[in-house]
Amino acid sequence: MNPNAASLPLPSALSNTEIELRLLMEAIYLRYSYDFRNYTVASQKRRVLHALAQLGLPSISALQEKVLRDPLLFGRLLEFLTIPVSEMFRDPAYFLALRRHVVPILHTYASLKVWVAGCSTGEEVFSLAILLREEGLLSRTQIYATDINPASLEKARQGIFPIESIRGYTANYQRAGGRSSFSDYYTAAYDAARFDPALCADVIFADHSLATDSVFAETQFVSCRNVLIYFNRELQDRALGLFHESLCHRGFLGLGAKESIDFSSYAGRFDAHSQPERIYRKAT
Amino acid sequence: MKPDARPFPARRVEAVVVGASAGGIEALLALLHGIPPPWRLPVVVVLHLPEGHQSHLAEIFAERLHMPVHEAADKMPVAPDCLYFAPPGYHLSIERDRCFSLSCEPPVHFSRPSIDVLMASAADAYGPALAGFLLTGANDDGAEGLLRIHMAGGLTAVQDPEEAQIPTMPRAAIARHSPDHVLALRELRTLLLQLESAHAH
Repeated sequence: MNPNAASLPLPSALSNTEIELRLLMEAIYLRYSYDFRNYTVASQKRRVLHALAQLGLPSISALQEKVLRDPLLFGRLLEFLTIPVSEMFRDPAYFLALRRHVVPILHTYASLKVWVAGCSTGEEVFSLAILLREEGLLSRTQIYATDINPASLEKARQGIFPIESIRGYTANYQRAGGRSSFSDYYTAAYDAARFDPALCADVIFADHSLATDSVFAETQFVSCRNVLIYFNRELQDRALGLFHESLCHRGFLGLGAKESIDFSSYAGRFDAHSQPERIYRKAT
Repeated sequence: MKPDARPFPARRVEAVVVGASAGGIEALLALLHGIPPPWRLPVVVVLHLPEGHQSHLAEIFAERLHMPVHEAADKMPVAPDCLYFAPPGYHLSIERDRCFSLSCEPPVHFSRPSIDVLMASAADAYGPALAGFLLTGANDDGAEGLLRIHMAGGLTAVQDPEEAQIPTMPRAAIARHSPDHVLALRELRTLLLQLESAHAH
């Protein structure tokens, strides 16, 4: 026996819920190749318990048994496991900082590739496309918009957003330094706003997992906001490794307002470019 | 001064989570103001603010308290000597490895950050080695979270609704379970100092 052992805090044993949660994620990975095994536990547990209540199932084990045999149920569960919560020009300061501090440097490239990683239902993609058009860059930009949720990607492709969100989006757009009238970019019909399909003419929407897939292109700018917070440190490092590999020399990385690379093993491999807005630049 | 007397049964906890909404800034200042350094017990706070407000809670409290004050960041380890505030617009959780995690899940009780979310995750992470304090507030957030702390064997303390600026939140908690303590702020402060002293030594 280690005589010091008594003074160390004992790790509390895993609860049954946490064991069931791990087994469910292992089953999903083995059956469907979706890898949620390195997501943060607290949030994942809440989402799975919420799914149980909505699906009328008594336990995570019961859900696992059904999900293994029912791809349609897995499709429904995927909606709970991913977080399709976004808005256009979310955190306007981020987009303003892009205009002021990143766009001038992007202008020096003859052609641009931008990767929106974890694009969900497309709000961020359309926001960036509008910004790039206003800054005269869209026509020479290829945007890759990737996500693991096929239903979200399909929504993103359509570019149709609920009309009741438009007021908030408009305010965000103005605070983000918008140069035009936001209504120029969509046509309203009934309860929906359909965004100009030309904005997305050079967007490739693709299924891509930061947990299991690899780099597919060299990019000058990666925007990945409020995605890494759902990953544990190991998976954050994997994702940051992909971004680092994809980015060209001195390429830009944009993260969510409360995300940082300080607690990852990539802390020294990016420089803060616009720190309050979480815009980083690949270090030399 | 830190009192020598220990008016409450001896308990050792490794962290304290605190929830408050309306009237919470004043209550939290009353709880923590003037405590001399050193401080050796992490205190993690969810304080509701109106949506869209930029939070300066960490700055406000850092100016007034003799302890390090931070806004909790994603994957930041919970240090033993700090006061933390949840950033606005995000739920704050504590993971089993005693690091913070943030999330943009929908609001709970119209609140993001939600007290329930912080408390339930901290109960999972710390088990019985956790104390939860619920102060003044105008909604039901925190009642479920405090119950989860209680079920995990942790210590629960609620501000006396008679004293609270808005009693809704303390009352909702008391309706869900019998807290270990229902106390005026002055006594909650004594309890907190005792927990710190037991943790530090």
